[in-house]
This record gives sequence, C-alpha cells and structure tokens, in this order.
Amino acid sequence: MTKDIILAGVGGQGILSIAACIGMAALAENLHLKQAEVHGMSQRGGAVQSHLRLSSDEIASDLIPEGKADIVISVEPMESLRYLNMLKPDGYIVTSINPFVNIPNYPDMEELLREIWKLPKYITLDADQIARECGSVKAANMVVLGAASPLLGLKEESFAKAITSIFGSKGSDVVELNNKALKAGRDYAVNHM
Amino acid sequence: MQKLLLLGDEAIAQGAIDAGLSGIYAYPGTPSTEIMEYVQASKEASSKGIRALWSANEKTAMESALGMSYAGKRAMVCMKHVGLNVAADAFVNSAITGANGGLIVVAADDPSMHSSQNEQDSRFYAKFSFIPVLEPANQQEAYDMVHYGFDLSERMKIPVMIRITTRLAHSRTGVKRQETKPQNELKLPENLRQYVLLPSIARKQYRELLDKQLPLEQEAAQSGFNRYHEGHDKSIGIIASGLAHNYLIENFATHTLPYPVLQVGQYPVPLDMLNRLYEETESLLVLEDGYPILEELMRGMLNKGKKIMGRLDGSLPRDGELNPNIVGKALGMHFDIKLQSPGIIRNRPPKLCDGCSHNDAFLALNEALLEYGRGRVFSDIGCYTLSALEPLESINSCVDMGASITMAIGAADAGLVPAVAAIGDSTFTHSGITGLLDAVNNNSPITVLILDNATTGMTGGQASSALGKVEDICRGVGVHEDHIKVLKPLHKFHEENVKVIKEELAYQGVSVIIPRRECIQTLNRKMRQKAKAKLMDV
Repeated sequence: MTKDIILAGVGGQGILSIAACIGMAALAENLHLKQAEVHGMSQRGGAVQSHLRLSSDEIASDLIPEGKADIVISVEPMESLRYLNMLKPDGYIVTSINPFVNIPNYPDMEELLREIWKLPKYITLDADQIARECGSVKAANMVVLGAASPLLGLKEESFAKAITSIFGSKGSDVVELNNKALKAGRDYAVNHM
Repeated sequence: MQKLLLLGDEAIAQGAIDAGLSGIYAYPGTPSTEIMEYVQASKEASSKGIRALWSANEKTAMESALGMSYAGKRAMVCMKHVGLNVAADAFVNSAITGANGGLIVVAADDPSMHSSQNEQDSRFYAKFSFIPVLEPANQQEAYDMVHYGFDLSERMKIPVMIRITTRLAHSRTGVKRQETKPQNELKLPENLRQYVLLPSIARKQYRELLDKQLPLEQEAAQSGFNRYHEGHDKSIGIIASGLAHNYLIENFATHTLPYPVLQVGQYPVPLDMLNRLYEETESLLVLEDGYPILEELMRGMLNKGKKIMGRLDGSLPRDGELNPNIVGKALGMHFDIKLQSPGIIRNRPPKLCDGCSHNDAFLALNEALLEYGRGRVFSDIGCYTLSALEPLESINSCVDMGASITMAIGAADAGLVPAVAAIGDSTFTHSGITGLLDAVNNNSPITVLILDNATTGMTGGQASSALGKVEDICRGVGVHEDHIKVLKPLHKFHEENVKVIKEELAYQGVSVIIPRRECIQTLNRKMRQKAKAKLMDV
C-alpha cells in the first residue's frame, strides 16, 4: 500500500496537527512514512504545505514527485488548488470551503468552487460549520481530516489512538472534541461520496 | 526499541543526547533552530545535565563549543548556513587547533532560499578548512552520523561537520535509537599548547592537519556512508550526494536502476571510488543539493575529460533545490503532468502579524521621515525585514546580521544625513553592538531604532540575549543618556512617537530609539500557558 498526500492551508490553520494524526496512525499500523513540513518565514499567514507519504515499503524521497499525489487535503479552498500539479489526474481533493482571506485580491469564491468541482474526484465541506456543531470551530482541521480518512486506508481506531496521544496533554474534553469532529467529517464524506 | 517520529533536526538532537553530549550551543536560524529546541525540551537531556542555552551569535556558540571540546567533553554547535559566515573565524581555526572531546558542527543549508538571503553551500567551508563532512540522506543516517561523528572527531582529533539541508531538517520519519553512551569525564588536552595558535605552533599543526587528509579519506571509504552500487548500463555513471540519492531512487521505484551509482555521504570523497566510477562509465551525472562542488572538481577548469552532466552543463537547474522530477528529467525521463493549478490562485506574501509592534514602529518612522524623503533606512535580519514590502515599504536594506547600523554609518559618511538603522533586539546583541561602538567613536549622525519585542521572533520566539539589557548596553558603548529614547509602539501613542523620532533625526550624533512591546506571538503563547496552568490549579 502507498498513499501520497499533500496537505495544504495557511500558517496557523493546523495542517501540522493533521499531519501528526495521520503520521501517528500510520506508525501504529507499522507503515513507513515521511513527512516534509514547511517551517520558518512562510508560516506568518503565508501558504503552507506538507508532503506526507505512507507506504508498506521503504520510501525514498521526502518529496512527492509531481503528478503523483493520491490526495490533496486542504483546510482552505484556494490552497486546495495551489498544488494541483502535484495531484494524479484521478486524484482526490478534500477541502473545506471556508476561505481564509488575508489578501486584498482573494479570488471569487464561486469561481474557486467551479475549479474544484471540475475535477473528477472531490469532497468539499463546510468544515467550520460542522466543527461548530461539534463544539468549537477550532476543530475544523479534524473535520477535514475525518472527511479524508476513508480515503487513507488506515483504521478508524488508529486515528482515535493518535488523537488521544496528540491532544491528551490538553485534557479529555479536547480529545473528545477532536474525536467528535473527526467522526463528523467522516460521516459527511461517507454520505456525500 | 520503538521508533521515534523525528524531524531531521530532532534526529540529530536525539543522536547527540544518546551519544554522550555534554553541551549544545547555537543561535536560532531556520532550518537549524529545532535541534537546540529539542534538546531544551528533552527531559532526558536535562536529567543528564546537558547544557542547552542559546548563545549571542554563531561565533560565540562555536567558540564555547570549542572550549567544551578542549575540556574533553562532547560538544555540538548548530547554525544555519549563513551563521557559519559569522562563526567562520573560529570554525576555520578549529581545524588547526583540532578537537579533544568530540566536536560536531551542524550547518543547515537552505537551497531555494525558503527562509534565507542566499543558498551558499557549507561543504565549501569544510573543504576550505580541511574539516571532514557527513551529509545524511535521511533522518536515520542523521541520527547515526552523530554517533559516528563524535567517535571520528575524537579518534582523528578534528571537528566534524554535519551538513544538512532544509528538506531533511524539516522532514519527519521513524528513527531507531542506538544504545546510549555516558558523557566524557573532564580531561585536558595532552599537549597544553595544542590550542595556542602562535605561528610556530600553528605551522606544525597545519602540517598535521594536511597529513590527516589521507586517513580521513580512508575513513570515508570504510565507514559505509559512501557506497558504490553496481549497474550494468555503463553509458552513465551517477554521483549522488545526500538527499539527491533519494530523488534518484524515487525515479526507479518500479524498475531497477541500470547505472552504476556512487552514493556520497562523507567527505573527503575517496579518490579510488571516484576513479572507479569514472573509468567504468562513458559519462557522469553529478547530483548534489546545493552548489555543484563535486561536479566542478570532476570537470576541472578545462573540462577536457569525459562528459560531466549536472548543474554546470544545464542538465540540472543551476540554482534551487533538487526534487524527483528534476533528477528524472536529467536522466532523460519525460513527465506528463496533466493537472495544473488554475490562474485564479493568488500568492499570500508573508507579512507582519496583526497587532505586531513593528507595524506601529514603522508607521511612526515613515511619518517622521516624510520631510527627508525615502531611501535612507538600513535594516537587518528579522520579522521587521517584511516592512520592506507593501504596505509599509519602510526599509531599504537587509544584508546580514548587524549590517543596518554599520551601513548607516557609511551612508552618513557619504553625506546621507540623517541615516537610519532599524534592527531587532536579538539581532542587535548578535552583531549590532560593535557597529554601535563604531558609530559612537565616529560620532555618526545616525538614528538607530532597536525594535525590542523581547524575543527572537522570526525563528519562532526563542530567548533573546538582549532581554532587559538594551539601554545598559547602549550607555556602556557610549551613547549619550539624552539620546536613548524608549517608545511604546501603539497606535494611541503615534503622534508622540513621531515627535520623538523627528527630534532624534534632527540630532547630529548617535541616537538610539527603542520601540518596546512584546512580540504578539510569544505574548499569546504565554497567555495560553497561563490559562492552562490556571485550569490545572482548579
């Protein structure tokens, strides 16, 4: 099994938490993984991405080759399209539709969605709203991860374990919130795929 | 043993903790910062009493590490590539003093300049200094090379460089630990003149350093970090160093790599291995993340031998980091990329955070400078460099750490009066103090803004050596008390701040203005921690 995943978002939106969850879940299933992160200057409200590679075999490159990613997981609609050259022609985009507008020339939302909906495989969801219903908009990243989770080939309980070990230090209510958000995202995806 | 999920930086830190490290020294710099941060956060490291504090700059860090090595203990010093410029005097001469306790210098290069002003290759510094280099291809090697590097350093009595790049530093994977070693006992060098580089001693030790080069090459042939992989197609022989080897392998995931490959992970690269590849094949392709160092050496100036492909003949781009596609193309592969990101995507340039104190400081400076016109603000390395961009467009230079004050001196000498320097608190103590002393001795008509946000902000909020000391330092250097002004950079004090800056701009001597307000990021972090602690109490 191999899964090459591009994670996309804006600095501070929690894509590294998504990466950590998938990473922990993959490790629990004894898979190999490599995850290239972007730190430093681009974190300040800039576009951030992470290459995450899972495989039952040894992985060579930290970077996914262009045109080879299976999935783009994004917590922001414009960012979901930024790395489209990395996606396989029949790859999936899973993205929240909640724009992060910190530039004056942010594109027209409808036009963005039209571009996403042109692709053969996509899941678009109002992650902020679903997260709010779960208790806090802060868990929107876990909603998006949940929506992508059926595509990742990892067990549900592996994610639950990962969430406990990543958010455990923040208290049981934070763990519960994130688990709830993950499940809500997954339910949405299963019903809309 | 359970694998740890570690960044390349963290693998180096864990490797050092496990290999008997006694002290780590560093100044923050992307992509090297996380090495020190990992040791600082490690309970294991603190229970072992490992010294782990930030230094004022890379030179003081390098020298402190050299001192720990002098005393027989294992020391590590970490920096980004341009930090090695700052530490260069100590680094180059440490090859001639040699090491007593194991000494590892980690240099983190940034090809493609993700967070840097150039993409210089630290392997050049090592070659120039006759210092051996270890260049890991993955995080496990990074971990293992720390163990090996300390042993090599002690056995050969020489500092060892570990050279990494951003991609390895900031990429995470599972790493298996080795058995841990105890720290060394305090032990003085056998020869108490070993570190006294008087010409008569330095001459002798320099010859010894030159004599070490052949044994170092033999080490590199036997350590297992340079590997020769057989291949049946002799039309191309490939030299691939560090991460470049991974990109090569990635292109042959589904079929066997037909070409002979020399995988390079340790320098000086053994001549026998290079010669074998050269003799066996019709042409060479050299893959290096960084400058074309091996490629240039293989070509020679006249390039009259076999065909050598790489960055110099256009087979690979001349600059920027490599990736699997670039390497595949150099081998004649064709990639049909079906999807392209649509034209409506906009860039998100990095900018100062909402509520950042620098923003208010530069708005006041901009207004105070209106009567003099644009083009007279020399600045420095830090978050505030972003004020060069819209909407502030306040500054006109960013060259190297500390250059703001000294460039203002030179510009004022040329007649650009007033000239302004804008430097952060951490950058000021890194390399600004000596420049300020020059300005005082020169009585330069410059106004120095020391933007004090009480942290090293750009790299994520590490402790600043300047904390609580800025005014004292300025007074101590000789800036007159009447021309040291502290401002509160807030919108409500804007008019007042403009007035103070205007007054100091008009003063025909050295003024220091200190806009002081804590970094919004570190402040938020502290408040979150406080709230959490309160929650725990309840």
